[in-house]
Amino acid sequence: MQQLVAYTIIGLTTGAIYALASSGLLVTYVTSGVFNIAHGAIGMIAAFSYWQVRFEWGWSAPVALIAILGVLCPTLGLVIDRVALRGLAQATEVTRLTATVALMAAFIGIATWIWPPENRQPFRGFFDGNNVSVLGVNVGWNKIIALIAAIAVAVGLRILLYKTRLGIQMRAVVDDRSLAELNGARPARIASASWALGASLAGLAGILLAAEVQLNVVPLTLLVINAYAAAIFGRLKSLPLTFLGAMALGLTEAYLLWGQGQSWFPETIGGFSTAGLRQATPTIFLFLLLMLLPQAKLRAGAARVRERSAIPQWNIAILGAAVLVISSIAVTGMMTRSNTIYLIQALIMALAVVSLVPLTGYAGLVSLAPLTFAGIGAVLMSKMPGDGNIVSLIAVVVVVALIGAVVALPALRLEGIYLALATGAFALLVSILVFNQGKIFSNGVAEVPPLRIPGVDLSQPRPKAIFLSVAFAVVGLLLVALRRSSLGRQFVAMKDSPLAGATLGMNLVRTKALAFAMSAAIASLAGALDAGKVAPDNYTFDRSLPILLLAIVSGVGSIGGAFFGGMLLGSNTVLASIVPSITNITRVTPGLIGLSMGRNPNGTASQIATGFRPVTSHPQSLLTALSGIGALWLLTSVDIISHWGFFAALVIWGLGIVPNLPALAVTSGRSRVLCLLIAAVGMGIAAFFDDIFEAVPTGGRLLAIIVLFVVVGNAIRRIHTPVAPTTKSSPDLMGLTGFTPEELSQSDRAIKVVP
Amino acid sequence: MTALLEIRSVAVRFGGVMALSGVDLDVQKDSITGLIGPNGAGKTTLFNVICGIRQPTTGVVLLDNKEINGVPTQKRSAMGIGRTFQRLELFTTLSVFDNVLVAAELARVSNPHAVAREQIELLGLTDRTDTIAGELPTGSARLLEVARALAGRPRLLLLDEPASGLDDVETQQLGVLLQQLKSLGITVLLVEHDMSLIMKVCDQIHVLDLGNVIASGTPDQIQHNPSVIDAYLGAVR
Ligand SMILES: Nc1ncnc2c1ncn2[C@@H]1O[C@H](COP(=O)(O)OP(=O)(O)O)[C@@H](O)[C@H]1O
Ligand SMILES: [Mg+2]
Repeated sequence: MQQLVAYTIIGLTTGAIYALASSGLLVTYVTSGVFNIAHGAIGMIAAFSYWQVRFEWGWSAPVALIAILGVLCPTLGLVIDRVALRGLAQATEVTRLTATVALMAAFIGIATWIWPPENRQPFRGFFDGNNVSVLGVNVGWNKIIALIAAIAVAVGLRILLYKTRLGIQMRAVVDDRSLAELNGARPARIASASWALGASLAGLAGILLAAEVQLNVVPLTLLVINAYAAAIFGRLKSLPLTFLGAMALGLTEAYLLWGQGQSWFPETIGGFSTAGLRQATPTIFLFLLLMLLPQAKLRAGAARVRERSAIPQWNIAILGAAVLVISSIAVTGMMTRSNTIYLIQALIMALAVVSLVPLTGYAGLVSLAPLTFAGIGAVLMSKMPGDGNIVSLIAVVVVVALIGAVVALPALRLEGIYLALATGAFALLVSILVFNQGKIFSNGVAEVPPLRIPGVDLSQPRPKAIFLSVAFAVVGLLLVALRRSSLGRQFVAMKDSPLAGATLGMNLVRTKALAFAMSAAIASLAGALDAGKVAPDNYTFDRSLPILLLAIVSGVGSIGGAFFGGMLLGSNTVLASIVPSITNITRVTPGLIGLSMGRNPNGTASQIATGFRPVTSHPQSLLTALSGIGALWLLTSVDIISHWGFFAALVIWGLGIVPNLPALAVTSGRSRVLCLLIAAVGMGIAAFFDDIFEAVPTGGRLLAIIVLFVVVGNAIRRIHTPVAPTTKSSPDLMGLTGFTPEELSQSDRAIKVVP
Repeated sequence: MTALLEIRSVAVRFGGVMALSGVDLDVQKDSITGLIGPNGAGKTTLFNVICGIRQPTTGVVLLDNKEINGVPTQKRSAMGIGRTFQRLELFTTLSVFDNVLVAAELARVSNPHAVAREQIELLGLTDRTDTIAGELPTGSARLLEVARALAGRPRLLLLDEPASGLDDVETQQLGVLLQQLKSLGITVLLVEHDMSLIMKVCDQIHVLDLGNVIASGTPDQIQHNPSVIDAYLGAVR
């Protein structure tokens, strides 16, 4: 009995913390319409900052609280609202969701940077060490304060929403935005206020939770899952129901904790350990609640889609595939063993990124679980009889595709945002309940057998790298075929207007399920082809986030973009392993790049691709480009250029100079000479790369190469007159793209910019 | 004459607003039927009910004398219902050709490419075949909506303000096209604010106001109906 009371109190306090977090989430969601995936991350940042000022700098608790909850959190909320999200109001749901995912990744990166995981002073709760006796049970003050805070916030929100002008305006905005605007409310300002408030509530929850579970970046960030579970229990509108959901969640967790200590509680079910059950409770809650949501309604007037990708052309795709395979054969012949292993990792990442092309790029759906499917692929491959038989691989891919469709199927009734959440919940569930089982990863590792191909030993790095680039090329070509097929068109049509699609006879659930199955199948290759010892840590939820971000940032609609994204992720690990100080920057980068998305909807790779388009349609330039590569290859094979020099020259030539070739062909006189001079200097530096950068480690060399190609490319571009593009795109926040130069100058004249 | 589409006491309620309050109307086979009324009268809502995008609060929709209330949206195109959207719902990142092609493919016609080309030509969009739909001016975008709907091979075509954004010449061509469609056996239900177009092409007109049908009749009857002039035409002139 005593025990039951104790666990009930634990449950209620945990519930109270969840309630605080979820009420903050709810307030921002209803007034601004943004599903803030980074909500838990804000709480995490607040908890770390509080620890910093309170325990490291010794501020008193009230001052620390005012500084964090009264200043830091509201500022953070305002900045997010004003800087990160405001420009995305008209963007698609995917873009907005990704922006908050980017925020979350950036916050995780920043926190790990400032507060590296090490032994640190404990995070002590309020009035630590003092207890109160409740019904004969000693309860710490932190718990009591959590309960009081939750009650105070409930009452406070009630008063705010019903008795104050701001609150009444908030409710009006929720009810009918345009009507509220007519009556003088300013939705933008109200959204800002709610972001500030929501961030403070997240902060309070984070601080109270940290006192219970200690400082730890990822678990604190995942507070958002609990908050979501409760908020969805409240149907994303009702505060009382949200509080009720939070309490139910807290109590369930507490009673499970109690149960796990009892003799009657099964330690295993069907041979699977139940140890992860309590940890998984919020996720299970969330998943079940999402499944119970009513079918999404078809809605008119979807946000205008800005992201768009050109239809891939066969000749370019085949050329790209050939270049990829040939250059991987060439490059790996010259690479050291350890660099080849990095290349392998980058190729695996590229496969994971490209798995999002059909799903996110074509069909416009978000998955937070690409690596989970890779992990399932790896596990199945390691368990499959046949020891790397090709038939086993096919079986694995088919099974994972089915799992992808089956997992997604119940969630497919949901709108994009809930669907994304459901995939996130699935990723966490698999991590906690499946990958942690001794049966699945024995002693935390699984041995994925290399694929058996006669005459090729795929356990060696070089053949493995070449094989992976062949695999990527094949997947890429299959995706080109998909995009050009009827089904591919339907994917894109569904992204642009599900309403019109359904009216024309499209079965949306079936189409979405197919997109999911294909994506899961490709992702499974990233696991099943990664022969060797793998650990569940490779496939966690938080590792999937950069994959999604880089996919979107580098242009998820294009296969080249996905390859580029994978290479970026891969070079991240190279940089990290060689130059530790760069690690922190690279950790934050995906998030920051994600935030720049509002400015460039089509991504980096598409810009490079746009640069190449004139080249591929200009035979003379194309020939020059290819002969240049051939010449480099020749010079290297007779040892005139070193391996690093070859790599540097290849990048500068391919990315810096080649896109300028068609323009150079029509430039004349002094600017042509100048351009050629710059090109020659760039290539010269590349040729003597090893001598010039002798003392520089790998990371610095990579950086130098990037700087070189950007400088050379831009310098040349500045000098020659660029070939006039047929349409000018202005990648601004209004999404105004695709005006012809005439139209632009016409409108300029109309508004008298030019006479 | 037989009715292809029958609306029987259809009501739709949005919270406190009755967008439609017990509407009864028929659309005769092989006719062009006009549906007019001031903004907010409930015309688009009625289209949504016919397409199954919105379930009526009460009432039934009959197609060929069969109730279709429970039929999901995506199955209604196979039953012969096609439509355009007042707020454009083009596949904005696909080309003009692919917009129409998707429709033809979804309708499982035997030669989708030929059908798509045919419809694009019919609407005079051949010059813009490769343009990305999101970059079309409004007039062409509206015509593309019509082409896409036609590629689904509908028997009943619902047009929601197809002439808004068209110039006079284009509107006139649209009128000719509608007559042509009628002769091909496609029944048209036309929502439009351009009264000269409505009066010229329609066989029958229903007038909707505040969710109620306030008049039905031939163009001549409607033009001289005092309550219609009061509620709507007076304002238009
Ligand atoms: N999704 C909706 N939610 C609430 N009210 C709606 C919705 N759609 C339409 N309405 C209301 O229903 C009425 C009829 O609208 P609508 O059918 O669009 O009129 P029309 O097409 O004749 O201009 C209007 O008062 C409009 O405000
Ligand atoms: Mg309307």
